[in-house]
Amino acid sequence: MKEKIIEKILTLLAFSAIGVLLLITVFIFKEGLPVILKAGIKDFLFSAKWAPTKGHFGILAMIISSLAVTFGSIVMGVPLALACAVTLAEFCPPRLLVFLKPTIELLAGIPSVVFGFLGVILLVPIIREYLGGPGLSLLAASIILAIMILPTITSISIDAIQAVPLLYKEGALAMGATHWQAIWLVILPAARSGVVTAIILGMARAIGETMAVIMVAGNALKIPSSLLDPVRTLTSTIALEMGYSAGDHRTALFAAGMILFIFIMALTILANLLMRKK
Amino acid sequence: MRFNQFRLGVTLFLCLMALSCSSKNFTHSQALTIAGSTSVQPFAEKLAEIYMDINPKLIINVQGGGSTAGIKACREKVAQIGTSSRELHPNEGDLTKIIIAKDGIAVIVHPQNPVNDISIEQLRGIFSGKIRSWSRLGWVDKPIYFVNREEGSGTRDAFESLVMKKGEISDEALVQDSNGSVREIIANNPQAIGYISFGILNHQVKALAVNSVIPNLTTIKNNQYTLTRPFIFVLPSQPTPLASQFVDFVLSQEGQQILEKEGLVGFQ
Repeated sequence: MKEKIIEKILTLLAFSAIGVLLLITVFIFKEGLPVILKAGIKDFLFSAKWAPTKGHFGILAMIISSLAVTFGSIVMGVPLALACAVTLAEFCPPRLLVFLKPTIELLAGIPSVVFGFLGVILLVPIIREYLGGPGLSLLAASIILAIMILPTITSISIDAIQAVPLLYKEGALAMGATHWQAIWLVILPAARSGVVTAIILGMARAIGETMAVIMVAGNALKIPSSLLDPVRTLTSTIALEMGYSAGDHRTALFAAGMILFIFIMALTILANLLMRKK
Repeated sequence: MRFNQFRLGVTLFLCLMALSCSSKNFTHSQALTIAGSTSVQPFAEKLAEIYMDINPKLIINVQGGGSTAGIKACREKVAQIGTSSRELHPNEGDLTKIIIAKDGIAVIVHPQNPVNDISIEQLRGIFSGKIRSWSRLGWVDKPIYFVNREEGSGTRDAFESLVMKKGEISDEALVQDSNGSVREIIANNPQAIGYISFGILNHQVKALAVNSVIPNLTTIKNNQYTLTRPFIFVLPSQPTPLASQFVDFVLSQEGQQILEKEGLVGFQ
């Protein structure tokens, strides 16, 4: 009897999580779709003119900025994160590992506003002094995001590397490969799907990050033409403008959220598929 | 068993739906609705908060939506008081206009920037992206970084109508979502320029004279400083007693002191 009650309570809780997700989805689409249909899908997705209080709803510049910032963070973050993962999983003495792995995971716990603040105080002036431009830029946002996605990619990659059967490594070493050759030619390829999943989850984190990006990206609405140009991502626009928005402007922000939702949904599904393939 | 789980799920889903759809309307014996300008909103909220402390039975709802929406709401009797951060248009003459305070928009630069004076034309040139170098304003040949507010902001709205007239602000502008963060950017970048509410001004930044008039309490009060906007309460020709009482409170010495403490220039 008691068993059954507990079972039912747990089921209820599980359903509520799904229910919330469902409600969010329904709500976002209900709020966002009308304005997309009103402005026309083409004008919404492929126009860079965003002036919602004057009837222009083009989000192209933001989509490009979001993707550029995400791509930049992946280019800088992935080599670092992989190096971290390989070191921790293969070269690091176990005693040091016990200390280092939680430290990297702790990095994930630092609030994004702290990263943003550090970016504004340290990174932005350096970029302005030595590279030019206003400092608040695509480059600054990418660097901050690269640091922020580091723990996600590192810890999932470590798990993927450690999941490779020891036999593979032993086999490679027995064939005369050095430790590095075994890692590069055998272990990493075998852990590939896990590592790719890690990268995709890192991308999802980067594309969804808001606070730190608002603080360091400069938020100009132009399509960026260089790394030093300020950019405005989808998430920044929603957070920046929601306070004062009303009417079509508000629903246009929901529509931007819808596009973001679709991006993240696609990335998560991709990650899940890859994980299952393993 | 499976059926039970399904039923449980459906019940829960319905509960959630019911919750999310439940009405927010809450009727009270004494309620006053103020709607309109988002720039006036924080000040109206502050005034309402203090007024509700004095009259615990009263509930005042303060809503945003913009000046035009506020005037419309007042005319359609949806709100008892409309607020506006722009002057009334001639076709809005059927409503009573009460100026509760004035706000100046200060044009600010880094304290190390040697430029002290700017004309409206130069300002328009900078924000439309035509003037790109500080050399045009008599300083070194370095690019100008101009900081704008986000779409929908009342301060931006006022800046556009006072400075830009029909022109548009270039999309190369950096954008920040509050007076405070604009000030922060300017305080850290010697080549930046921006605009903020006069009440937010502090020593971190330098306010420029616009058309040779320095913004201060006097120049804003007597309209010598060009970038001045009124904060207005709009009432129907026959206001409700509650609305009149609240307006009297706002115009009283106490109400005006509250506004001046919040950084506005009192009108009385």
